This record gives sequence, C-alpha cells and structure tokens, in this order.
Amino acid sequence: MQMIENSSILLDKVNYVYSEETAYQIQALKDISLEIRAGQFIGIIGHTGSGKSTLIQHLNGLIRATSGAIYFHGQDIYDDDFDLRELRNRVGLVFQYPEHQLFETTIFDDVCFGPKNQGLTSEEAGLRAFEALRNVGFPEELYYQSPFDLSGGQKRRVAIAGVLAMKPEVLILDEPTAGLDPAGRDEILDLIARMHRERGITVILVSHSMEDVARYVQRIIVMNHGEVMFDDTPRNVFAHYKELEKIGLAAPQVTYLMHELKERGLSVNTEATTVEEARASLVEALTGVGAESRDFYTGE
Amino acid sequence: MLRDITLGQYYPADSVIHKLDPRVKLFGTLIYIISLFCFRGIAALLLATAFLVGVIKGSKVPFRFMVKGLKAILILMLITAVFNLFLTPGEPLFSFWVLKVTWEGIKNAALMAIRLTYLILGTSIMTLTTTPNQLTDGLEKSLMPFSRIGVPVHAIAMMMSIALRFIPILIEETDKIMKAQMARGADFESGNLLKKVKSMIPLLVPLFVSAFRRADDLAMAMEARCYNGGQGRTKMKPLRYERRDRLAYVTVLVYLVLILLCRTFLRWPM
Repeated sequence: MQMIENSSILLDKVNYVYSEETAYQIQALKDISLEIRAGQFIGIIGHTGSGKSTLIQHLNGLIRATSGAIYFHGQDIYDDDFDLRELRNRVGLVFQYPEHQLFETTIFDDVCFGPKNQGLTSEEAGLRAFEALRNVGFPEELYYQSPFDLSGGQKRRVAIAGVLAMKPEVLILDEPTAGLDPAGRDEILDLIARMHRERGITVILVSHSMEDVARYVQRIIVMNHGEVMFDDTPRNVFAHYKELEKIGLAAPQVTYLMHELKERGLSVNTEATTVEEARASLVEALTGVGAESRDFYTGE
Repeated sequence: MLRDITLGQYYPADSVIHKLDPRVKLFGTLIYIISLFCFRGIAALLLATAFLVGVIKGSKVPFRFMVKGLKAILILMLITAVFNLFLTPGEPLFSFWVLKVTWEGIKNAALMAIRLTYLILGTSIMTLTTTPNQLTDGLEKSLMPFSRIGVPVHAIAMMMSIALRFIPILIEETDKIMKAQMARGADFESGNLLKKVKSMIPLLVPLFVSAFRRADDLAMAMEARCYNGGQGRTKMKPLRYERRDRLAYVTVLVYLVLILLCRTFLRWPM
C-alpha cells in the first residue's frame, strides 16, 4: 500500500453544514476529497467565505464533518477510540491572527503551553520553547517579557513558535501574513519555507494572495463555494487565470504581464509564476541567450 | 458549538408582524401579558388562544422556532404545575400518602401551565420578528418622556444596542480562542472543578484583552464620526406610526376589552 504510507491525511467526501436546520443554514464544504501527502508544501487559496478556514479545522478534528470520513495515517479520526488530542499534537494549526491567543505572563511561558499540554516536563518544554523561539528568530533578551508589549509582527512570531514547539509533523497556517507589512510578510513566509526544507514537515498554507503562495508551494488547492475547484501545481493552476478572475481571485501579476507580452509578439514563457522566472524568460526572449548563460557572464 | 446559542434570535421573514413598528410590538406584548394574568373563564381562554394563533400565523415564523424557547422553561413549568397540583387547598379529589389532589389544584396547575406557555410564545414572537436594533430604537422612543426628568435614555439605549451587538462577536471570539487553545493541546472538559477553572485562564485572558481592544476601537471609531451623545442627533430611519400600526393598536385594545368583558360577564367555569 504505497499510497497509504505516503499520505498523512486523507479526506473522503467531507461535507460540513453550519447551523443545520435553522434559517441561517450554510453548506460550507461540499464533497471534499483530498489527499495530503507527507512532506508536501501545499497552498490553499480562495476568497473570503470559500470554506478554506472550515476545511483546515477539519484536518485536526476541531470541527466534526457533517458527513464523510477523514483518515490520519490510515486511521479514521472519527473512530471512538481515536485520540483527538494526539492528532492535534501531530497536526499543528496556527489560526488567523494567532497573536490574539497569547495569555501568559511571559513570552517563554506562553510558548511552553503547548509542550506542557503534551505531557512533557518543565525542562523538556523549556528546551522545546527555546528551540522554537530561536527557530522563528526571536531576540533572546525579550524571552521573559510580557507578550502584550510586543509589536504585531513579533507577537505573531511568538504565536507561531507556540505551535512549532509542539513539533507537529503537519503544520497548517491560516493567513499567517494577514495584517503584516511586506517585510514582516516575507520574514514569516521565509521562516515557514525553511521549516519545510530543514525539518521536512508537511506545510499547508492558507492564503488569498497568489503572490505569496506561488513563490513557495508545490501544489495549490483552489476553493470556491465550499468545493475544490483546482488542485494542481501552481503552473497548471495559473494557466486558468481567466477562470480564477471570475471567482474573485487573481493570478500573480507576472502571469498577466507575460500573457500581455506574448500577445504583443514577444516570445516569452507564459507559465512563469514568480518574478525570478519571468526575468529569466524575458532576458531569454530579448537577448536570445538563455538566462543561465547570461548569469555566467554577469557572475551572478 | 457555541454558535448554536441564540440570544435575541431574530427570524428574518417578510410578514405583517415583522413590518410593525417595534413600539406596537412592545406595548402589544405587554398588554397580552397583562391579559394572560387577568383572564377568567373558558371563553377568555379561547379568545387568548385565537389571538395567539392569529399572530403566530401572521408572523410566518415556523412554529418549531417558538417551541425552542419553551424547552428552556419546561422544568420551571413542571415544578409550578406540581406545586399547584398538590398544595392548593380545597375539596380533596383523592389523596395519596401525605399528598392530596384537589379539583382547584388541577385547575390551577393547568391554568398556570397554559399561562406560562402563552407567555413564552407571546414574547418569543416579539423577539423573533424584531431585530435587537429595532427593539432598542422602540424602547428609546417610548422612554423618551423620562429624559425630561433626567434619565439618560439615549445613553441607556446606546449601551443596550452596543451590548446586544457585541454578544455574537464575543461568542464567536470565545469559540475562536477556544479552538486555538485546543489546537495547542488545551483541555477544557476533563478534570475536577479546580482543574477546570484553571483551564479557563488561557481562554479568559485573551477574551478580556480582545474585549478591551474592541471597546477601544469602537470608542475611537465613534469619536472619529463626531459622536457626542443624543443631543441634536437624527435617525436615518425614524420611527413613525403608519396605518397598519394604528390598526394593530386598535386590534390589541379590542382584544383587551373583550378579555375584560369576559372576566366580568362570562366567568364560567373559573
């Protein structure tokens, strides 16, 4: 069973209905079937209300599906003898605006909260907290200050460290860059990419920014009205940029630029999804020389 | 989980009752409650039932939404009925151990159960067909005469509407923080009382912080729009009585007069 071994989370026809049998009934998820493989870096995009936040809360059992099944390493998480707390230890979830959940008197204690709930001793939890805070690049002299005195970006790093300290094998982040300035956004995204690269953990990044997602992820899941609309590599998903526009999403700006240039007769690669790829393709089209050989001349 | 708690459960629909001025509904409900506690005789009971059924039909709110409110007071109703049944003095119908059941007891118990049921149904029609904002608007306008004697009516109404507005926000916030802490392994269910209270700290601290933050933001936003109390403030949708409101008042008053007439002339069998 090769497939089962590789897939850490499997969703089978998951449906979820909010406020069932009331005037406000909303079907948030419709027949979602997905396979999340270990080690993947996945982006989930969709506009507000498309069901992406609801979907990720299913992945660690915070919301129980109205119908359908979810398997974690082949085990049904709705089985009576399945330990949901163990699942939450292994599937870490960072909510939107995670800084709103800080509560301890010091930053260090707050990061220890998760590991302590896992049943670790104070020393072990402390070690985990040190490691996590160092990983998110948090200045050591602030460890014993109150988390409420920090800036927004720093609070968010502390909150992310709080989940990282639990050493999850799957890390899910809901809009981790919302409300941050461009520098803070890049720092957080680079940090997440490094976690994925160095620790080999599975990362699921929820976002509505195509630019954010395109740079890092290997696979994009596009949600619309509670359904999976596309589930493919960024390249293939952005090829549908016209359809994406119809549901209120936009492909990265370079996609538009490349398509426009192509229409005007420049033979560029319209599949470029990041600025770097676009640059290489433009250089090639304009000089007739491959980007690699050009880099050789400029010594980049 | 917390989403299911509804306070001021407005049911949106397009009906005559929904369109009525909130003041009519407030006074109408008040008169209906008074009528419930002063009616006598089977004729009056039938009249009160007919009135209630008519209003429920007119409101287009499914009956099961009203029954929800009844479930909450079921225990209270049972206790009242039991006390009335056994403790009303009178001619014993039959006795059982130290308990004796009288004809008056049965009558009182049944009557009390009916009154409570109608009371809940009547008031829930008001909350189901009126948004909290309309309700506070109606209350503010009705209480305005008291502002002459120094009652800060506008401030009270504003506080009420802000409080009502914040209930769903804070419920949602609680739900969110609870989930976020559960994702970090927090356990809100198991353990003894002390442990449970302690486990509330990771929930309550962020909740208070966020409530204060929201209050600050709201105060700032109100000040930015030059809010300075009720003086000289006009309404976007001022409350004005229309033909249907006058008709509703007449209907309710006729109903009350009929109930009072029944009380005087058709007392049988109570």
